Amino acid sequence: MSSEVAAASAPAAAKTDGWEPKIVAFCCNWCSYGGADSAGMGRFQQPASTRIIRVMCSGRIDPLHVFNAFLEGADAVLVTGCHIGDCHYVNGNDKTKIKYKYLENVVHELGIEKERLQLNWISASEGEKFANFIRDVTAQIKKLGPSPLKPEGVA
Amino acid sequence: MSDSKDEKKTFGSNIDQEEKRVGVFVCECGVNIGGVVNTKAVADYIGTLPGVKVTSVNKFTCSDSGQADIQAKIKEHNLNRVVVAACSPKTHEPTFRACIEEMGLNQYFLEFVNIRDHCSWIHMWEKEKATEKAKDLVRMGVERSKLLEPLQASEVPVIDKALVIGAGVAGMQSALDLADMGFQVYLVEKEPSIGGRMARFDKVFPTNDCSICILGPKMVEVARNKNIKIMSYSEVKAVEGYVGNFNVKIEHKPRYLDVAKCTGCAKCSEVCPVEVPYDFNEGFGTRKAIFVPFPQAVPLRALIDMENCISCKACAKACASGAINYDMQTSYTDLNVGVIIGAVGFKTYDPEPRHDFGYGLYDNVITAMEFERLLNAAGPTGGHVVRPSDCKEPIRVGFVNCVGSRDKNTNIYCSGVCCMVTIKNAQLLKEKRPETDQTIMYIDIRTPFRGYEESYNRSRNLGVKFLRGRPVEVKEDPVTKNIKVRIEDTLAGEMRNLEFDLMVLATGIVPNEGIGQIQQLLKLSKAADGLLMEAHPKLKPVDTTIDGVFLAGCASGPKDIPYAVSQGSACAGRATILLKNKKAITEGITAVVNPDVCVGCEVCIPMCPFQAIKFDEKEKKANVVKALCKGCGTCVAACPTGALEQSHFKNDQLLAQVKNVFKFQEVAA
Repeated sequence: MSSEVAAASAPAAAKTDGWEPKIVAFCCNWCSYGGADSAGMGRFQQPASTRIIRVMCSGRIDPLHVFNAFLEGADAVLVTGCHIGDCHYVNGNDKTKIKYKYLENVVHELGIEKERLQLNWISASEGEKFANFIRDVTAQIKKLGPSPLKPEGVA
Repeated sequence: MSDSKDEKKTFGSNIDQEEKRVGVFVCECGVNIGGVVNTKAVADYIGTLPGVKVTSVNKFTCSDSGQADIQAKIKEHNLNRVVVAACSPKTHEPTFRACIEEMGLNQYFLEFVNIRDHCSWIHMWEKEKATEKAKDLVRMGVERSKLLEPLQASEVPVIDKALVIGAGVAGMQSALDLADMGFQVYLVEKEPSIGGRMARFDKVFPTNDCSICILGPKMVEVARNKNIKIMSYSEVKAVEGYVGNFNVKIEHKPRYLDVAKCTGCAKCSEVCPVEVPYDFNEGFGTRKAIFVPFPQAVPLRALIDMENCISCKACAKACASGAINYDMQTSYTDLNVGVIIGAVGFKTYDPEPRHDFGYGLYDNVITAMEFERLLNAAGPTGGHVVRPSDCKEPIRVGFVNCVGSRDKNTNIYCSGVCCMVTIKNAQLLKEKRPETDQTIMYIDIRTPFRGYEESYNRSRNLGVKFLRGRPVEVKEDPVTKNIKVRIEDTLAGEMRNLEFDLMVLATGIVPNEGIGQIQQLLKLSKAADGLLMEAHPKLKPVDTTIDGVFLAGCASGPKDIPYAVSQGSACAGRATILLKNKKAITEGITAVVNPDVCVGCEVCIPMCPFQAIKFDEKEKKANVVKALCKGCGTCVAACPTGALEQSHFKNDQLLAQVKNVFKFQEVAA
């Protein structure tokens, strides 16, 4: 994917009421993925905007994955993991937090609105929190419209 | 799909060149998925993707017939990758891994897509959107599956010795069971005697038998068992290693006397001039600076409390066996064990800081644990229940339940045992002194197990009063020191003013002091209540997420004695699987170093919380110790050169998913 294509903004026509953003959520196996499962078990309804990618630990989430998601057409990217202190791997999420600070800066400098990259700690029991998070982010992104990095012709 | 997909194929190394033949199995989960997602449309669409040789829709893919369908299609179409689109991999991945493994496929060639919990259940009224989302999710899975590589779970040897931390009733049970099965057990206890909390109880519900009378023989049994090495007055200071081979450092605090010479005669205590509040009696009464913890202590040996010792050396003169050694130092033992059982116990909620119901402000408000010692024949009052303000025997006694439990200001959970503790205490007092008058103030009475409801009924028949409500105001009469309580009787619907000579708070179960340290040493997780987390609340209640580490007793939630003992035995049983087989299977997902790319920068080494990456000084390369690696992948994300990869979660595998979240509109049309 060349950067010129990536930089081309998506057609404004897509910004209609029926438009559903596409959000890529990275979830850790032990907490936030379980939180998403709990949301399902509790039947907490959410907009059909999010596609979850499972990793074992949020510490595995590489800025490379996040940038790729934006370049491929993500309207938002979510980085999620266990609450601080509860990491299944002791402190992988501490490292996620540190990395995220830098990632956030770079993403903002690229001109991507801050709502499009979000970090959240969600435990395996917090199904409702997971659903609320997805609802909130989706509403924010619907206001913003498609990502400026979304390549043309991508849904 | 677009040709740009091939770009990423060069990202990883050693991608298998064999033709990918993918079978996709879409589950309807009855109507759980099928009622929302158009599974046939998903299967039809997925069937058009390159490499997909067959798709199938099943009512229940996890059923025998569903699994038989997978196996038949693997054979018929010579599949080498299987995608199951169904529920959550957290519950069903092992099922399908075993299913494809039976057909000779590597179990890691399974890709599991969640279209129930993450799709049909959360988009119940958006069937079309749910179907489109399911197509995306399965497409992501199919593309990822093509990049999956075979992995082998590895075997590690298990040292057939066990460490049990905490010698309360749960830990002792684990130690005894393991020892009786022939394994060497190290039983570490931070207090100077084993026995734990149960040693302090007077009587235990629902049978009201004497606690130390049933525990004492068990303590002696532990001490006599040749396979158990008791390390009392000792603490775990460091744990390294992994399942099968944990290296543990134990710190032995100095007793300031030689336990081999001490006979426990307590002559030393008789001559010691220092008296301090007796912690074993919850601070009631006194003990000396040199003391035997309690009469039934195991080991029955004295120790010096150096903080309060005035070095008069009277004890050294009194000791006939010359056991006293004032210069004793802290010592350490290094252990090698295969499994660790954590039975680190609990403490009761402390109402002092918040002055719950006047505790700490008024002398005649005490806790149930304190009341327990007053009831005890070996306690500070010889079993006479007296009130602290004037040492008179109380007539009107109030009991408040749920102190530090079921309260959003303290702990929201139910401690489970306090109802029965209160019922038992009220009964015991009533039996001792029938003229007394007991009122139990409760929110709900919970008596779920065998004999508990009967015990509750018995106390009602004895004349114990039950009042549903929580004191809203507690005051002390400045003259009589009686406790005046204002409470709403929520059954009668009226406010009542009561006066008690003594009020007893049923304080709940809270995490023990050392629990944070044990959590960190054993790398366990804590739940929201501050207690340790089990691997699965229902199906793996004594396992933890760390292989070879098990939990028994109140460390993982409030429990009564039978429950704690059962867990002690359960831990021994679970641990025996490892100890007897002398080997453990470790997860195939680990970090892998590509030595050709590694520049030896060592950035990855501090990333690993398990010390699994060692630096090879000779080659100047990072080296992953597979048995230590838990496969989190944190080091992989930190590697600046891309020399580290996480098997099963390699960059190209994850990026295949990222890329396939999206599709070009002409494809969708």
